[in-house]
Amino acid sequence: MEEMKIAGVTLDIEITGEGPPLLYLPAESFGPLHTPFISGLSERWKIYAPRHPGFDGRTPPDDFRRVEDLAYLYLDLLDALDLDRAVLLGASFGGWVAMEMAVRASDRLGALGLIAPVGAKLGAREERDFADIFAAPEDENLKILFDGDAPDYTGFSDDEMTDAGRGKQYLAYYGWKPYLHNPSLARWLHRIKVPTHLVWGEADGFVGPDYGRRLADRIPGAKLDILSGAGHYPQIEKTAETVGVLTNGPCVTQ
Amino acid sequence: MQVWHFSEMAYHPGWEELGNSLRNVIPSRVYDPKLGADLYHRYLDEWALCDELGINIMVNEHHTTATCTTSVCTIPMAILARETKKIRLLCLGMPIANRMDAVRVAEEYSMIDVISRGRLEMGFVKASPFEVTPANSNPATLQERFWEAHDLILKAMTTHDGPFNWEGDHFQYRQVNVWPRPYQDPHPPVWMTVSSPGSAKLVGEKGYVVASLNTGYAATPTIFDTYRKSAEAAGHEPSPDRFAYLAIVGVGKTEEEGRRRAHQILDYSRTTPRAAHHFFFPPGYVPPEVLGREMRSPSTRMITLRDGSQAVMQTGSVDEYIDAGIAFAGTPDTVYAQIKEFYDHVGGLGHLLMMGQGGHISHEDTVDNLTLFSKEVLPRLADL
Repeated sequence: MEEMKIAGVTLDIEITGEGPPLLYLPAESFGPLHTPFISGLSERWKIYAPRHPGFDGRTPPDDFRRVEDLAYLYLDLLDALDLDRAVLLGASFGGWVAMEMAVRASDRLGALGLIAPVGAKLGAREERDFADIFAAPEDENLKILFDGDAPDYTGFSDDEMTDAGRGKQYLAYYGWKPYLHNPSLARWLHRIKVPTHLVWGEADGFVGPDYGRRLADRIPGAKLDILSGAGHYPQIEKTAETVGVLTNGPCVTQ
Repeated sequence: MQVWHFSEMAYHPGWEELGNSLRNVIPSRVYDPKLGADLYHRYLDEWALCDELGINIMVNEHHTTATCTTSVCTIPMAILARETKKIRLLCLGMPIANRMDAVRVAEEYSMIDVISRGRLEMGFVKASPFEVTPANSNPATLQERFWEAHDLILKAMTTHDGPFNWEGDHFQYRQVNVWPRPYQDPHPPVWMTVSSPGSAKLVGEKGYVVASLNTGYAATPTIFDTYRKSAEAAGHEPSPDRFAYLAIVGVGKTEEEGRRRAHQILDYSRTTPRAAHHFFFPPGYVPPEVLGREMRSPSTRMITLRDGSQAVMQTGSVDEYIDAGIAFAGTPDTVYAQIKEFYDHVGGLGHLLMMGQGGHISHEDTVDNLTLFSKEVLPRLADL
């Protein structure tokens, strides 16, 4: 894990693998369970995987409180790393940040990968695009988020549980209201100018595959792959398959 | 010592049907407005009686619940500001981090202060954790929003030379200009509730009245001591009138009658945990280590007895609640002795927030409870 200071914000970044550059923006939860996925990606790409401010245990600066702040931070990071034609891959909350970046600037991007992202409001005002995981018991949330074997918290250390609690805290910090979306984002998705690959779990109870289809319709030329046997985190539940579709899709540009 | 009568205006007729879920997700079809109207008038009558008895009035608010139908604390307060003439009126309180229009809070409080001719006591509270859902209030930024609302409301109530600008993180106005200005100068006294030494420290720095609710023998001394040190360090005198404690009070002509009344009122405490567990632990409202622990193994709400042992809050007996210092119950002599013992244990306090009504206790019993208390206990507390 390397430490970098970008625009006054300290970032922990895992850098691993060899190949064309890929900036991976992680999901809100289950960080340790993503290790095999990162490892799988690193066989094809050189991975840059920061931890989001707040989720990393540091308190973000007072004026750093919106998803667009994360977007500008990582655009600055791309500049600082001087990455060219980078793949930008985001999962869930990280996918929202990735879309916010891509509608703003794509000059350093070669492709965009989105694994079940939140962030754009596509339904009507009385429809919920994203299940309210803050209003459900945790055992129900695990059923919403996973198709098969949900993680068993009894096997988690105290520190890992604190990280899980912190993940929820900072998901709320950035995304409580409006709930996990930026009302303006859907309006500008046509500005995503790079090849885009959406990957979804067929049994995603948090952000359903139907949402994925509607999102794919909004992004010019986007390809959507729906994987069976996976919920909201196909990268955890179907790691090999997720790496497989990503290494055989629009994200392979070089 | 001043005494304040508190009721949550419970809709207890719905409790049985609603079972173990009395908050957040309960359908309002369970509520019968005709029965509800009778209950509102009954509870208001009991508060109005306090004007004759020399007991002050305390109201609060909760949302989406059958345990408390005061969903807007300033509504009963506005009625009572007109209906009473002598006693003081405490809102404890206004959940200012969950009220998205802080200037409106300043307006409501100022108006009540003027109508009551300066009898308002102004509570600002963080509110219970399950209140963030009805307000859709971000729990991860609740604390900072609370203090920004506090700063803005006080500035709005004390600025008398025209509009000012406020463009903060959570509230934005370009022409803050509250009419009427409050009756009391510079503003009604401020109260805050706390449940931990950390928040007691912040309230002590301000020198406000600190109110500890049902924290009992186990937790109250640390809270009050922390306040004292913090207030003194900030140059405030931590006199007894800075300390308030909320307890259930049941007085009767016999021990049995007083305890029966407390037992009925205690359903206020016993119904508090009757809500879905996850609404008690909003992320950021509680620290991540607590949230993580609760995600792995949900805890049961407990009360702590004097010997350090614990009892389940939802089923605790009147004896256990008395032992914990959460209920004072029995004859006037017994109740006075219990209050005095608690008073000495916490190093003195100036306000007893007396829950004189709660649960299924009848109107007749409530009136008798309040009347007996005012005649037999209140005069003795005046010397504390």
